[in-house]
Amino acid sequence: MPVIKDVVCTFCGCLCDDLEVTVEDNKITKVGKACKLGRAKTMGMFLHERIEKPMIRKNGKDSELEECSYDEAITKAAEILVAAKRPISYGWCSTSCEAIEKAVVLAEETGSLFDSTANVCHGPSALATQEKGAPSCSLGTAKNYADLIIFWGCNPVHAHPRHQTRYSTMAKGAFTPNGKKDKKMIVVDPRNTDTAKKADLLLQLNPGTDYVLVEALRAIVNGHADVLPDEIAGIPKATVMEAAEMCKAAKFTVIYFGMGVTQTRGRYKSGDNVSSLVSDLSQTNKVVMIPMRGHYNVTGFGQVAAWEAGFPMALDFSRGVAYYNPGETGTNDVLMRREVDAFITGAADPGAHFPQESIKYLYKIPAIQVDGYANPTTEFSDVVIPAAIAGVECEGTAYRMDSQPIRMKKLIETTFKSDEEILTEIIAKVRELKGEGGA
Amino acid sequence: MIETILISARTIDQGATLEEKTSQAYFDAAAYCELNEGNLEALGVSVDQNVKVATAHGVVVVPAKIDKRLPDDIVFIPMGPWANAIVDPDTCGCGMPGFKGVPATVEATADPVLNMKDLMATYKE
Ligand code: SF4
Repeated sequence: MPVIKDVVCTFCGCLCDDLEVTVEDNKITKVGKACKLGRAKTMGMFLHERIEKPMIRKNGKDSELEECSYDEAITKAAEILVAAKRPISYGWCSTSCEAIEKAVVLAEETGSLFDSTANVCHGPSALATQEKGAPSCSLGTAKNYADLIIFWGCNPVHAHPRHQTRYSTMAKGAFTPNGKKDKKMIVVDPRNTDTAKKADLLLQLNPGTDYVLVEALRAIVNGHADVLPDEIAGIPKATVMEAAEMCKAAKFTVIYFGMGVTQTRGRYKSGDNVSSLVSDLSQTNKVVMIPMRGHYNVTGFGQVAAWEAGFPMALDFSRGVAYYNPGETGTNDVLMRREVDAFITGAADPGAHFPQESIKYLYKIPAIQVDGYANPTTEFSDVVIPAAIAGVECEGTAYRMDSQPIRMKKLIETTFKSDEEILTEIIAKVRELKGEGGA
Repeated sequence: MIETILISARTIDQGATLEEKTSQAYFDAAAYCELNEGNLEALGVSVDQNVKVATAHGVVVVPAKIDKRLPDDIVFIPMGPWANAIVDPDTCGCGMPGFKGVPATVEATADPVLNMKDLMATYKE
């Protein structure tokens, strides 16, 4: 039986590149080494239904989606985008960088707003990085050197299941040959999560008090413990002191941070303050911070958008040049302001992951979906274009959470078009409609 | 009724069913809330009975489950359409809505849980 080795998993930002996939008669029958998430993703098309045909709603949101040809759906999508005064393109994070490049071109061509899933994920981390910087390292360096791992507002046991064995707490590194025995682990979370169970110390803070806790740690590290009250963010001062001592005693600390930092009160200011804590600790110790990215190539979106147009997300091409001001040009900002008049999304599911107010508006404007599987976004989409699954049915490049590019493999043949092909055809059609000829 | 704080986040079952959001498996993985035992007792609700979770931004009905390790002031709903029916859409001027730390109330209810399609249909105005 042909087994393809070193397959890249295209679920989470760990981008594990050691999967062993068995393919029989163009079917994936076994996925070795992956976690539950990676197995579900890699075998998905053989486990449950997918969107089989392009579909269009002919008479508004109340009418049913009707099957059509790729050509018809792509033409309809181009017509919607060309007719719109203020379209927005969102998502493109569970796909290849090559597809994202095309999405940038389409956004430019149509004068669109252009945003990634970072809008509901690590967008505030990008802002924090721009305000204060984010000293980082590769996951390889982290694995080999780190002796203190801090998971702040993230729960890798559920969201990045192989992170701890491949890169962090459980991994045996050059300077930590005994794995977990040579490392300490702190978890910061209002919940006593499954990740927290194995921690040496849990800082179980009150929800939304991350900023306060970072500030207290900074005070201790900078020699001002005396100004702190007996309880900080719901945690006894002695416990916070213990955490600070662990940081001071460590040779190499990695702070992995997640949605607990970006989605709570304080938003990017909390990430910004984590960066200041890293700076304070770095006066005497080696400390870095790495965001736990969810969508496997949301990091790639940031890279491609930045090298193509100068900014990592929340871009606005309506002026002819890229303009960037998250809070104004972020997807949920413009949806909440009822500002846009057409929506295209691919390789993301805003229907499942946006707040109710944003979705109410998506039911009012023409929406185009490019995806392999039906999901809540399909419910309000007027044009649905089925896509091949990148990293399984087509190859391409993705960026791991530590910004390392990794080449994804094609494992099986498919008749579905890739995101890249679909976007290329929409661009050609848009140019045709605008009277500029084909691509 | 209890006053509490809503937190939404990834769970492994929600993640493993992400590509099959029309399925029963996804419904089972995303349409529920977790409270600690004391809170559930205070509500007079047993496991898998429905509760109404309300915030300033909406109301959602989901079955209740127990997470023994949750503190008293937290109700957890996995990220997805049911949590997002009641999260705070305000981005506070930085692009990101409030998916965590939203003040909420929980009470027992006899109302049914909406499936994904019916829940989405409530957004058609
Ligand atoms: S940890 Fe992430 S990348 Fe690795 S196998 Fe699991 S889902 Fe895939």
